[in-house]
Amino acid sequence: MAAHRCSLSALLLIICSLLVFIVADSEKATLTGDHHATAVDNLQTVTETEEGAAAEEPAVEEERRWEETVVEEATADKEDTSAPETVVQSSVPQPKDDFQEELVIRPLHSGDIYASFQFRTLWETDFMRGNKVSHYRLFPKSLGQVISKFSVRELHISFTQGYWRTMQWGQPFLPSPPGAELWVWFQDSVTDVDGTWKELTNVLSGIFCASLNFIDSTNTVQPSASFKPLGIGNVTDHRFLRYATLPREIVCTENLTPWKKLLPCGSKAGLAVLLKSEKLFHSSFHSQAVHIRPVCQDWQCKTTSWELRQTLNVVFDLHTPGQGKLEWSLFKMFSRTLTEACPLASSSKIYIDITDDPQGEQFEVSPATHLLSQAMVLGDRRTFSVYDLTQQITFGTVRSLNLLIRWKSSEGDMLRPLLHAERYVAGYGLQTGEIHTLMYNNHPYRSFPVLLLDSVPWYLRLYIHTLTVTSKGKDNKPSYIHYQPSKDRVRPHLLEMLVQLPPNSVTEVTVQFERALLKWTEYTPDPNHGFYVGSSVISSLVPSIVAMDTNSTREQPLFSSFFPCKEESSYFMRVYTEPLLVNLPTPDFSMPYNVICLTCTVVAVGYGSLYNLLTRSFQIEEPSPGLAKRIANIIRKMRGVPPL
Amino acid sequence: SHAAIKIQPMRQFFSSGHTNNWAVLVCTSRFWFNYRHVANTLSVYRSVKRLGIPDSHIVLMLADDMACNHRNPKPATVFSHKNMELNVYGDDVEVDYRGYEVTVENFLRVLTGRLPPSTPRSKRLLSDDRSNILIYLTGHGGNGFLKFQDSEEISNVELADAFEQMWQKRRYNELLFIIDTCQGASMYERFYSPNLMALASSQVGEDSLSHQPDLAIGVHLMDRYTFYLLEFLEDIHPSSKANMNDLFKVCPKSQCVSTPGHRTDLFLRDPGSALITDFFGSVRKVEITMETINLTEPIHFVNEERQKETYSYVDQLPVSEIIHQKPKQKDWHPPDGFILGLWTLILLVFFKTYGMKHLKHIF
Repeated sequence: MAAHRCSLSALLLIICSLLVFIVADSEKATLTGDHHATAVDNLQTVTETEEGAAAEEPAVEEERRWEETVVEEATADKEDTSAPETVVQSSVPQPKDDFQEELVIRPLHSGDIYASFQFRTLWETDFMRGNKVSHYRLFPKSLGQVISKFSVRELHISFTQGYWRTMQWGQPFLPSPPGAELWVWFQDSVTDVDGTWKELTNVLSGIFCASLNFIDSTNTVQPSASFKPLGIGNVTDHRFLRYATLPREIVCTENLTPWKKLLPCGSKAGLAVLLKSEKLFHSSFHSQAVHIRPVCQDWQCKTTSWELRQTLNVVFDLHTPGQGKLEWSLFKMFSRTLTEACPLASSSKIYIDITDDPQGEQFEVSPATHLLSQAMVLGDRRTFSVYDLTQQITFGTVRSLNLLIRWKSSEGDMLRPLLHAERYVAGYGLQTGEIHTLMYNNHPYRSFPVLLLDSVPWYLRLYIHTLTVTSKGKDNKPSYIHYQPSKDRVRPHLLEMLVQLPPNSVTEVTVQFERALLKWTEYTPDPNHGFYVGSSVISSLVPSIVAMDTNSTREQPLFSSFFPCKEESSYFMRVYTEPLLVNLPTPDFSMPYNVICLTCTVVAVGYGSLYNLLTRSFQIEEPSPGLAKRIANIIRKMRGVPPL
Repeated sequence: SHAAIKIQPMRQFFSSGHTNNWAVLVCTSRFWFNYRHVANTLSVYRSVKRLGIPDSHIVLMLADDMACNHRNPKPATVFSHKNMELNVYGDDVEVDYRGYEVTVENFLRVLTGRLPPSTPRSKRLLSDDRSNILIYLTGHGGNGFLKFQDSEEISNVELADAFEQMWQKRRYNELLFIIDTCQGASMYERFYSPNLMALASSQVGEDSLSHQPDLAIGVHLMDRYTFYLLEFLEDIHPSSKANMNDLFKVCPKSQCVSTPGHRTDLFLRDPGSALITDFFGSVRKVEITMETINLTEPIHFVNEERQKETYSYVDQLPVSEIIHQKPKQKDWHPPDGFILGLWTLILLVFFKTYGMKHLKHIF
């Protein structure tokens, strides 16, 4: 018996070590298993059935490796579902595509609730090198054609309504500035980047029903150090990067409708069923984005696949009318419940962040789940309850899932975010002003570098000689400054600075400006509203509380694998400031009408009086006689006798 | 003989003359108190979509955003009836021109087809000579003009000329023009192209009035003419046989307070024979062909040998690289006219003052 156990455990150990290699090898290593065509994956399926039995042993090992993301389960009935899997040998080599969807719900300390949807489509194909792609399955054809026609390497577009309040809500998974933001890396085979950029913005304005055609050279900049590519690539020549924002852009159902149509299941099945515009836009913050980039297919990274991520972040306000009790449910948030996962999705999960409440004291989640997951996100290790929608048992007997989160007590402080920023306009009058940008470093003893990108429109003429950067009252000289002055009506100001923020301090960047007088045709139809200045972008490497996972191909939830991580001690973060609203000297557009009225009145009164004075002459006039006298005069005239 | 007998009835099938339908719906007013104009346009959009015209054949222009306006107590909705009975904005709406894009120039370019080459398809009116087009305008207007966004106007002469351009370029088969503004009849006075039918909500000298306010939203929700037009259209279904004479009876003076007018003298057919669905609905007519078409061979994927180069992710904030970044080599441009002129002036003054004999020291 002992010998049997020894050999069995030795066999299991060998299989476990093989398992480590193979799990890292394949990106589809889910417990439910899936179909692969190669022999390597044959082995994997076999090992998966053994995995359940060997769950205890790797669990002990992996406990010590704290950067692992592990889905543990208390019940062991899962491996039964993976046992009857068969491997399908496909004879025609088709490009493989894969779709995953997930929803992360994070209760925030202010009582609001933050929901983040991510839909990811991975496709192993090559849009470049002249390959004509004609068969689209999960990847939307409209975006595929855009990528191949305009030789796009990376495309990031976001539409946001509202401003993310970092101090109250913490850090978002994917930050975005108010309005519309578009930044694109082109391939190095593009010869005329500006012309291609203009055509691309027009095409995207048709796809997303937004007025992106207002992006032109007056609001496009070419950052020199920020916005490095988020996908793989060897070339980082910033000549192929373009960045533009439209802070005035409105987001409404007309932008959500085409966004939903890009999803493989549309809004008919899966998590996208929850996306109803009447609830989504009745919120404090709403942001939808599309990110396209090439990613590594495996840990060797010799082949690439295209990744399309569609993300939607929304923060619901506790105090919307009708929300009296401190209770949230999927039905209250989205006016829908879930009935099934998208059939085309290989994984469909809901994560609820319970890090702040591991013992269930602050809030209670129902229906309860035994699935737990830990992930490194935003420099912190967070614990999540997982609901897997591909499992029928998640929906229970009522065949619908309505998650309920009930608050029991409202205590606890939020950890202060390590980095946040503010920006405002100071000064008075319509001639000059000053822009102040404040960056707060709340880390007690570590300082870290930040890269500040400011793009100011040409009609605010910046005086760069008045630029000052001060920290703790002392001058803080940036180690890198890139400034491109504006040209009237051609291009905006671009200011990029690399500043080292000292620990536990506020760094203030001030610059004075002068307001320009526009030509009367350049004013918008509502000029008294003001003119917008786009948000500043602050990119930084923030020291993390726990060590980050640098292995980018390990199976991770989508929300933790967006920014690639190169070192363990810090993570990359982007913070956006508020956009500014400045008033320019605006003429009175009713002026011509008023001027004409006044001039005509003055002319009429003045000229009339003068004319009368010059040409009027006075004559004496007899008062007219009575009727009897007049008749008598007529008779006398007839008689030829002089009148009375 | 079998084929000959079958083809003959088909010819009568095409007697109404058009094979596709387009709609151009324009709201020209900005600001929250002009909520009713956006509601007007969206209710016509809704009816037209319900009767079959797809989004790809509708050009919808809204000059301002009312649904997600911060003053809207119910975001992502636009109501047409008080007590919030009918949400005409809906869940599936595609606005092609919005906000500042709705200008007179863009409107005329859409009608005549003279758009920049990079304009996407959804923003173009790709009609041909067998298209029936519905054009609906609403906003604030006057005698002979329509105001766009409170900053510019389109006159009835410009509009008539645009329609004539469309006729000459064979961009429509029949065109129905509906306008709901004050003194709307003045806008169709100047039309002179054939196959145009026009309806307006009020005569010259009269104002079109709004219907009813909603106290929760705080503004008037619809204009009277479009309100009764929407009620009329709600009864129409895709196979309805109602004709244009019924449309002329919509909103008599007792309901509308103003007198709606119409113009049919340029329309070649009898208005009684023109169905409502000829303009508001979509006809998909099928032409049967006897020819065979060869499909091309499917594209085979060739697994070419890719170079085995290893890729990697780029460092997001490479501090040392950034600090030591060399400044970009600027291309040398020859000095422009101003600099050349300035130096010429300086040299001339110098030599005038000190005489020409110094010139030999330079050269």
